[in-house]
Amino acid sequence: MSQVRSVEAGRAAPPRRSGSATPGVRRSPVRRAKDAGWGLVAIVVFALFVFPVYWMLNTSFLPNNRIRGEEISFFPTPDVFTLDNYRSAMFSEERAPFAPAVMNSLSTTFLTLVVCLVIGFVASIALTRFTFKGRRTFIILILVIQMIPGEAMIISLYRIIDGWALINTIIGLSAVYVAGVLPFTIWTLRGFVAGVPKELEEAAMVDGCSPAGAFWRVTFPLLAPGLVATGIFAFINAWNDFVLALVIMQRPDTMTLTLWLRTFVLVTQATNWGAVMAAAVLVAIPAVIFFLIVQGRMSGGLVAGAVKG
Amino acid sequence: MSSLATEAAAPPAPAPTPPRPRRRRFPTVPWLLLSGSILILGVLTGYPVVRMLVMSFQEYERAQVMGMPAEWVGLDNYVAILTDSGFWEVLGRSIVFMVVAVTLTMVLGTLVALLMMRLGRKMRLLVSVGLLLAWSMPPLSSTTIWGWIFDTEYGLVNNLLTRITGDRWFGHSWLLDPLGFFTILTFIIVWGAIPFVAFTMYAGLSQIPGEVLEAAQLDGAGPFARFRLVMLPYVRTIVTVLVVLSMIWDLKVFPQVYALQDIGGDREKTNTIGVYIYQMGMGQGHFGMASAIAFVFVAIMLLLSVYYVRRTIKEEEL
Repeated sequence: MSQVRSVEAGRAAPPRRSGSATPGVRRSPVRRAKDAGWGLVAIVVFALFVFPVYWMLNTSFLPNNRIRGEEISFFPTPDVFTLDNYRSAMFSEERAPFAPAVMNSLSTTFLTLVVCLVIGFVASIALTRFTFKGRRTFIILILVIQMIPGEAMIISLYRIIDGWALINTIIGLSAVYVAGVLPFTIWTLRGFVAGVPKELEEAAMVDGCSPAGAFWRVTFPLLAPGLVATGIFAFINAWNDFVLALVIMQRPDTMTLTLWLRTFVLVTQATNWGAVMAAAVLVAIPAVIFFLIVQGRMSGGLVAGAVKG
Repeated sequence: MSSLATEAAAPPAPAPTPPRPRRRRFPTVPWLLLSGSILILGVLTGYPVVRMLVMSFQEYERAQVMGMPAEWVGLDNYVAILTDSGFWEVLGRSIVFMVVAVTLTMVLGTLVALLMMRLGRKMRLLVSVGLLLAWSMPPLSSTTIWGWIFDTEYGLVNNLLTRITGDRWFGHSWLLDPLGFFTILTFIIVWGAIPFVAFTMYAGLSQIPGEVLEAAQLDGAGPFARFRLVMLPYVRTIVTVLVVLSMIWDLKVFPQVYALQDIGGDREKTNTIGVYIYQMGMGQGHFGMASAIAFVFVAIMLLLSVYYVRRTIKEEEL
């Protein structure tokens, strides 16, 4: 799983740099030509990164004869535009059914998210608002656990979940996901809780709040964005997972969406690439949307000025 | 007894002393708050690690799954894998792939970061949008996209090559040849990994005070010298952390390899270590041997992450 990737993302986020160009100073033609050159490079880089995504969308809206034609269709013009690929991906009788896969994915990710947030949240309070022996050890342990590759754990996890008769169950898969995502959740939430200065709570206590009340009324609302961001990252991790689902969900009716997508490219018959791309889009949409929401949110600093005021 | 002792000591009424330091109570509340996490991590991470270790010393095959008692075989599984040329081949392949992918990711990611430094706000936003899109793609979706672009029959690459070279490329399978397979795998991984490196490097590079770079420029340092002698020392730790994390991620690559094999690769010749463990265990039922490999794998990963963990501990002032 890619928890750590996200941790670092949170840390690296706020690179806002005011433009280097000073207003009012007229730039030389050489300088302007240079800027234009770099602008061109930027456009090429942009195109390189966007191209595969664009190509996926393009193919998903093209009819089969265009996809397989020797003529390359770079845009689904209105005369050829079709939603058939989506229809085929979602409703075709020959394919693994879409609706159960969505339900399985949604229920496992939701269960994972809720358990991780609740358990991780209380843990992060313990780690930030209390000093006690063993605190440091626990945090370091969390950090080390994050480094254990889930790919290596599949064999013993499979044997254990099988032993509990939880193979092919939402609970079994969610349990495995929780174990994978929780260390990251604790780690990130710990950062967010630590970011809310204790002084705010103390001020509320001076004004007559109980310690718990101060936490609940002052700190918790400030943590809401952090909880949302962390929850979304937990969601993305579980949603995108393939390896653990492959091991735990072995029956066709218990497939998650990533396993469902995989059935499209198995080399049993000629691949219908239009349907594959439509399926890839369907799997990607929630992940992309949520990712775009949190990538800015993770920048923190939301409460940086709260004490100064 | 203790009450007697206090009574005995009581008579000479002591002058009001500063309050005695209270005996430290057991910190119930924090441990109670941590109990859920400890339970989950103990049962679902700690126990599996132990179980993996135990299985790696047992003869554990399909029969044992069915209920036969597992026999202890000492180091037999480890001897078996370490003397198996197949294991070394997989390990070597994984490491070579990792080195190539990490090098490309770091170099290209840094170049994109430097480009972003040069750009004005609008153009930088454009590049960021492209990077974010690539970054946000689920691994399995991006694998199918690249599989489609390089498809044997109707793929864009074969189509374009046919147009450009005039030869007929339709029917040319990129994935069947292991080298072609790993080239495409590199595309998938590097394309998806550059954004993270680029954003992090950009964040690091833009912290460098502008005066320092200007001074270097006035002293006659060219762009390359400025990068090597001024910028790199500033971001050295960031670079090291990025390299370590990339190494870890690229070494354990799984879904991309597995799905590409589905699309049309030769499994035997393209396995990386994660997929090898899966096939050894789930595919062939050699759970004991697979556990031994997995344990070696975990050891490698933890060794690799020592630097990252130590640095994080220092940075977070734990």
